[in-house]
Amino acid sequence: MLQNLWKWLIIPLIMLGIGAAVVIYTVNNPTDSIVARMLTYERVFRVIREHMALLLVSMIGATIVGVLGGIMLSRPKLYYIGRVAENIVNIGQTVPSLAVLALFYTVLGLGFRVAVFALFIYSILPILRNTFAGIDGVERSIVEAARGMGMNPFRVLTKIELPIAFPIIVAGIRTAIVINVGAATLATFIGGGGLGDLIVTGLSVHRDMIIFTGAVIAAITAIFLDYMIGKVEERVVRWT
Amino acid sequence: MIKLEGLSKIFPGHTIPAVKDLNLEVKEGDVCVLVGPSGCGKTTTMKMINRLYEPTGGKIYIRGEEALKMDPIKLRLDIGYVIQEIGLFPHMTIEENVATVPNEKHWPADQVKQKVDEVMTLVGLDPNVFKSRYPSALSGGQRQRVGVARAMVSDPPIMLMDEPFGAVDPITRARLQNEFLRIQERMGKTIVFVTHDIDEAIKMSDTIAVMREGELIQHATPSDLLSAPADEFVSNLVGRNRSIKRLHLIRINEILEDVNRAKPISEDAQTEEIKKQLDQSDIRTVIVVDRNNKLKGIIGVNDLKRTTGEVAKDYCQDVSDTVTSDATLNDALSVMLELGEGYVAVVNEDDQYEGTITLGDLLNVVKEDN
Repeated sequence: MLQNLWKWLIIPLIMLGIGAAVVIYTVNNPTDSIVARMLTYERVFRVIREHMALLLVSMIGATIVGVLGGIMLSRPKLYYIGRVAENIVNIGQTVPSLAVLALFYTVLGLGFRVAVFALFIYSILPILRNTFAGIDGVERSIVEAARGMGMNPFRVLTKIELPIAFPIIVAGIRTAIVINVGAATLATFIGGGGLGDLIVTGLSVHRDMIIFTGAVIAAITAIFLDYMIGKVEERVVRWT
Repeated sequence: MIKLEGLSKIFPGHTIPAVKDLNLEVKEGDVCVLVGPSGCGKTTTMKMINRLYEPTGGKIYIRGEEALKMDPIKLRLDIGYVIQEIGLFPHMTIEENVATVPNEKHWPADQVKQKVDEVMTLVGLDPNVFKSRYPSALSGGQRQRVGVARAMVSDPPIMLMDEPFGAVDPITRARLQNEFLRIQERMGKTIVFVTHDIDEAIKMSDTIAVMREGELIQHATPSDLLSAPADEFVSNLVGRNRSIKRLHLIRINEILEDVNRAKPISEDAQTEEIKKQLDQSDIRTVIVVDRNNKLKGIIGVNDLKRTTGEVAKDYCQDVSDTVTSDATLNDALSVMLELGEGYVAVVNEDDQYEGTITLGDLLNVVKEDN
């Protein structure tokens, strides 16, 4: 058991270790005074905190709305709307994240809340699509057997359809998180803060070290969260 | 038990009814097989009984009660349901799958457990081995058994089965059919069974309902159907070789007593004795059994020449297939054809030897019948 726990923790710990090492090294070994001024622990932790806030708030909202929306569209009465919505979502997904941010900026203005809202909208898409596709993909015979044995529609959804679609829904959430971590670095352009602050600052003062720090933390965050969700999924899904 | 009165179904967007003014009565404890070409409305009829499809006209009575006025969920909980694709839930263990209906009925946990074990044993799956497995780890035949177990677990008086043995190979199918008939003999359920295979219909049924284009053409016992088909459609369906089809209606144990054949020899019998037996045997083969009367193998004339040895077990060759005594004569015939031999050994459930059936015996039965 303890050994398993170690196996479980070793990769995330290595990832966190690399992240911490990069931060400690770059903060303590600035190449010049500009880097020293821009890259302090205080600033790094602030942007990480902002980034996580952007990520968490938008992802929680997107997961709730995406999953519930996907379920609703998969119901027989809305099914044909669901097929249309799936295609619209697929088209929506091709709009670049920067364009989405810019769009919301022109309508809603600047700030953290606008950035969260834009990320939220953008992250709904893969979750909604996968939830719909996951439920839609449950074999008809399985649903028919469940109904024929006397399960009511709500039980069929919660006991049969959702558990079988679960891996696909989780895959949608993972996709959304990875996209979200990247897209959240753009929030800085509309005053949303986050790791993008470091990257954009680094770009404007031509200091690669600052860009590098921001980029590494963002990449590690994406890999870390994707890995953790994958592990949780493995735990839950034991039947494949 | 089940009575359909003027039952009709027109699917939305269609003008031709899938089922047209159907009247049918299934008596308690009977197996009624709906048979006909695909698209004849047999599955639609069945699905109206548990109201997966709502009829557009007519009435359904179940034990005198009007099914269309009952709560469909309650109705379905008391009707066992097996479909061809089985529809096992891939994310649940076999135990959870089988326990579906009891859990929906909120039975106490220990009662569910006990009943699951009981019904799994009944369909020939060792609960200790299979309970915690997932459906993906089972063979096709085992899944079919789980499907049947799941439908029977809450002891519903009525079962609906839509080609329940359709998705397995012919040999496994025959075995499952025989097992099912054995179970049915004990349980006496009222069963509506759908198939497109007339041989299966003849074998499984107490009564056969032949359908075509949504209409019931003939409802009769298999024997009546074979001897007096209502019209050309029915006689085409049962086919020209009706005497062969009769082989489905007769079980091996019904004729085994009348067949007098040399006794099997023990595995320790000496060469001389084997030779003597071989000379007397009309199939030029002797059957070898062990001390517990379990089938050990066979010895043909050539085996005696080819191999050297002293006692029967040195010569004896493995038997690749046998039939059980509750199988039909048709099962025996297909095993014979499979093996390319004119005989087949009959054993009981514990593999103990019960007798031998030859092609000649089958011919005699067919001759008597005509």
